[in-house]
Amino acid sequence: MTVFDALDLAIAALVLGVAAWTIAAREMFSAVVGYVAYGLLLAIVWVRLYAPDVALTEAAIGGGVTGVLLVVASKRLGRLPQPEAGPGLGLKLAAAGLAALVAGLIAAALLYLPDPAPSLAPEADRHLAQTGLGNAVTAVLIAYRSFDTMLEKVVLVLAVVGVWSVAPDRFWGGRPAPLGPASPDPALVFLARVLAPVGLVIGVQIFWVGADEPGGAFQGGAILAAMAMIVMMARLMRPPRIGSRRLRLALIAGPAVFLVVGLAGPLIAGSFFAYPAGFAKPLILFIEAFMVLSIAATLPLLVAGPPNGEGEP
Amino acid sequence: MSPGTIAGFVGAGLVGLGLYALVVDPKPLRKLLAFNLIGSGVFLVFGIVARRGATGRFPFDPVPQAMVITGIVVAFAATALAVALMLRLAEETGTVSLDPDAGAKPDDGAEDK
Repeated sequence: MTVFDALDLAIAALVLGVAAWTIAAREMFSAVVGYVAYGLLLAIVWVRLYAPDVALTEAAIGGGVTGVLLVVASKRLGRLPQPEAGPGLGLKLAAAGLAALVAGLIAAALLYLPDPAPSLAPEADRHLAQTGLGNAVTAVLIAYRSFDTMLEKVVLVLAVVGVWSVAPDRFWGGRPAPLGPASPDPALVFLARVLAPVGLVIGVQIFWVGADEPGGAFQGGAILAAMAMIVMMARLMRPPRIGSRRLRLALIAGPAVFLVVGLAGPLIAGSFFAYPAGFAKPLILFIEAFMVLSIAATLPLLVAGPPNGEGEP
Repeated sequence: MSPGTIAGFVGAGLVGLGLYALVVDPKPLRKLLAFNLIGSGVFLVFGIVARRGATGRFPFDPVPQAMVITGIVVAFAATALAVALMLRLAEETGTVSLDPDAGAKPDDGAEDK
């Protein structure tokens, strides 16, 4: 057994242990803190699977942004009574049996995967030079399967519409409730002031190098979103008014630019969502820049929730 | 064992843990957390498919990896929507429960915030 095998086993035990803690913890807040740690540990597993792009996404979105969303939600729900009693021992045992069965079947299926494994890696490699990109994952996202990625951006916009639509009518167009406490910790305010400019540079850098190295529009945009959320939690900035035209333009800029370039495909490159030869990379970076803007605007709004009157002074 | 199988077993274990919590925990936010555990377990199992697809220049198949990235973003969007619905339900009923009889107040519960 090599050092790396031992490392894999140790991380595996840690991930499962922390996951068990998040479901066993008595306090919701402890469970959420456990979930954030779990997201970061999972990112290490992804690095070990040679998936640094997924690791960045998991750490930023799976751990970070989802963590903030759940912390804010648990604080807002914590004020209300939670009158539930858990199910009886019989149901718990049945659920444990079902869960063990499903987990066992998945584990068994993993042992019987076809060998040699089917792979699209050679195909992805063959056309990589035409896209002008060096990162095959970015090429899959923005070039080979660009339609999926465009629709995924539309899903984000629809999620914002869904979140806003639960706002009571009289608050429509107003500001969502502030993310942080009324008088934030001075340490948090200091952190927001110091970290946000640095994070801004790192976010843009991760987007820019994503063409050739691990990184890309999602990961960069998520880091920018995290910076916006820290600034909002420190109350240095209020969540924007959802009726704002500039905000709405920022939300739809990514999918809209993507769609326009995709629809222009038949004229400039011969088919939908195709890029003209020799001009693919500048076009991809152009689309990605607007996607970063939209992601950076969307994620904080999804965390802030609908306007409910608490955001107004 | 092919590369990454340990991570695959972790994924299977996460699906099991999440499924158990989804069934037994009555609190809605806990159910959402459990559902996210199941999701990340499924992504991890798919990550093994990517790792096993290693050929030539790449130690991974980029197509499943890209799909997992898309999946993580969509899972977050769904989680945010579920949280918004949950908070609205709590505002309406004045209690945090999925039990239809648990709401003690009439449906103008949002007024007393």
